[in-house]
Amino acid sequence: MSSPVISVEHLSKAYRIGLKEEIPDTLMGAMKNVITAPWKNFKALRRLNTSTDSPLPTPQSPIPASPLPNPQSLLPNPSSPDTLWALRDVSFEINQGDVVGIIGRNGAGKSTLLKVLSRITEPTSGRVVIRGRVSSLLEVGTGFHPELTGRENVYMNGTILGMRKKEIDRKFEEIVEFSGVEKFLDTPTKRYSSGMQVRLAFAVAAHLEPEILIVDEVLAVGDSEFQKKCIGKMQDVANGGRTVLFVSHNMAAIEALCSSSIELSGGRIAATGETHSVLSHYRKRALKNVMGQNEDRFSHAKYIKKGELFDQEGSKTNTIPLGTTFHLAIRIHIASPLDNPHISLGIDTIAGERMLSLSMPPSNQCELKKEETIEISCQVDEFPLSPGEYNLKIALLNRGRLIEVVEPVVPFTVVDAELFGGGQGFTCGRCVANATWASSVLREN
Amino acid sequence: MPNATPSTLQSEPSEPISGDAVPPVMPESSELTAGHITIIEARKGLQLFDWKELVAYRDLFRFLIWRQIKVRYAQSSIGFGWAIIQPLFSMILFTVIFGRLAQIDSDGAPFALFSLAALLPWTYFSNAINDGVASLVGEANMLRKVYFPRLLLPLSAVAAKLVDFAIAAGLMAILMLIYLWMPPITILLLPLVMILMVASAAAISIWLTALAVQYRDVKHAMTFVVQLAMYASPVVYPTSLIPEQFRLLYALNPMVGVIEGFRSGLLGTQPMPWDLLAVGTLSTTVMLLTGLAFFRNKEKIFADVA
Repeated sequence: MSSPVISVEHLSKAYRIGLKEEIPDTLMGAMKNVITAPWKNFKALRRLNTSTDSPLPTPQSPIPASPLPNPQSLLPNPSSPDTLWALRDVSFEINQGDVVGIIGRNGAGKSTLLKVLSRITEPTSGRVVIRGRVSSLLEVGTGFHPELTGRENVYMNGTILGMRKKEIDRKFEEIVEFSGVEKFLDTPTKRYSSGMQVRLAFAVAAHLEPEILIVDEVLAVGDSEFQKKCIGKMQDVANGGRTVLFVSHNMAAIEALCSSSIELSGGRIAATGETHSVLSHYRKRALKNVMGQNEDRFSHAKYIKKGELFDQEGSKTNTIPLGTTFHLAIRIHIASPLDNPHISLGIDTIAGERMLSLSMPPSNQCELKKEETIEISCQVDEFPLSPGEYNLKIALLNRGRLIEVVEPVVPFTVVDAELFGGGQGFTCGRCVANATWASSVLREN
Repeated sequence: MPNATPSTLQSEPSEPISGDAVPPVMPESSELTAGHITIIEARKGLQLFDWKELVAYRDLFRFLIWRQIKVRYAQSSIGFGWAIIQPLFSMILFTVIFGRLAQIDSDGAPFALFSLAALLPWTYFSNAINDGVASLVGEANMLRKVYFPRLLLPLSAVAAKLVDFAIAAGLMAILMLIYLWMPPITILLLPLVMILMVASAAAISIWLTALAVQYRDVKHAMTFVVQLAMYASPVVYPTSLIPEQFRLLYALNPMVGVIEGFRSGLLGTQPMPWDLLAVGTLSTTVMLLTGLAFFRNKEKIFADVA
């Protein structure tokens, strides 16, 4: 049995965060502050160094092996409220050739974990053993200097990433070709467009030959063409049998690249295993979170009291397989009579872009004119939006005037599925349609 | 304060950072990758620096130096001329004020030569520590994004200033030609003095740049402390003005020995000041060793507090 290339044992990392300063409210207080401030500042700055006053668990007194040790036992100084545990007792192992995705909300500890693994910052406790040469890309173009030419920056950036000069010499042609900035190689990079800078920087990174590649959300920059290139390159690295650790908020990219994943939440491991199951776990948790907000929004509304999504089988859901039935049930309490009511739905992407509008036809309006609580159902048989995360906006109007709107509510995900019997539809663009196709053989005579 | 703090990185590389060591196709087992093991943990231990790692990153060291040199005079019309202007104008000023007006003794040499022989190492020293101290804070973004031996930053800043020093040395040579001043045979000892000059600049840079990451006060103090330090060094006056019994104490400032060493090597007005140099070497060694230890100890928090 071969040993894992990365093994992380009970890794914890604490940060000091700045506490709010006391602001004096009297002149005397302010004057006193001027005198005592240097000393207070000094103490505050000194404390930035988390470890000086933290009795650390040493290897001789290991942290309890239970998955969730008592948090108090880990706190270096329980009396300090400004200690933030970015990572708390994280343990996992990664084997040769694994492509592992790391997901989690903002502040879950993903970047801190990568920083520890790439030795930028050191853990407060715990231990990591890495077998192999690591290259980490937490940013493209680290060390790029605007005054240096493209050629010089390739060498600068390459050596910072741990390449030797002769290694860069050997790959130089390739790097330049990949970046597509041949003509501007001897121009200072400050004259480059930002796209050219990123392309050149990524070209250098792409030609690293690490045994273990650690990638942070570098894909967040650049256009979709560039992102595709990045994913492709990472796929190559992965196919070459190397080990890849990949942090991203792009679930589609994680799903496409990573066989297994780790979900972090509040500095701890929330789920680990096959990407598929980790992602669904993550989505469920995320959903639980928004469900609370959801109920909040509805309970604050005067008219629109409920909105629920159902799947083909009629059970409550928040994920719709691509191209299947979308069934929304809305409950409305008519508080005061309306003479010309109207319901309208908007479906937006997470980014807030309107993808679809659905409007109730006038024939259904009569029900809404009385002071009653009514159920409205809206069904789309072949839901046309491509895989992604969406939100709903529900609006009630009277005589064309907006009475009430709740948004964003009923968040849901469209997941990839066999599309109208026509294969996976992942690359289908923003929407799909069920088309009727016909073909016949054209014969002379 | 419990000292269970230092988290040190331990590297046991067989082929540290050599691209040639990477096999083109990864093997099924981890046999080949097992050669390079990195252990990351919070550990005790006092270590000055990881020599192997510095060697592995020597190409980066070269490029960092090259970058500093290239960038410093980019988009300036005089370019490297600036390396001459600073000592030249200081020399003219000092010659007029301290040589002519104040009539300070110059050990028998023309005051211009006397002051330039001191300004040569002093200008190097003050510029090198200014750059060296600013190096970590200036590259904070790099510290947060990639790992490399952090010691390379102050060291490369100090090394890059040697180019300016070499240019200013040309000015000294020209001035000596103008005065038809023949250097003594002890000029051959100057490389030794230069080693002390560079080592002391490195020692102070390492100390202060590690402090400056956490306390920006260092940055504000630098300008005027360097000013004051010039008067605490025999730049505009000879060491012979200092009372005999205080000279060795005075020489704890390593630049005392360095400057007098330069004067002796270039002008020959005094014998090589071995006693001053010895004291300076001692204090530099202490500063360098403690500085390296301090740097090593603080290194782990650079990315967090920078």
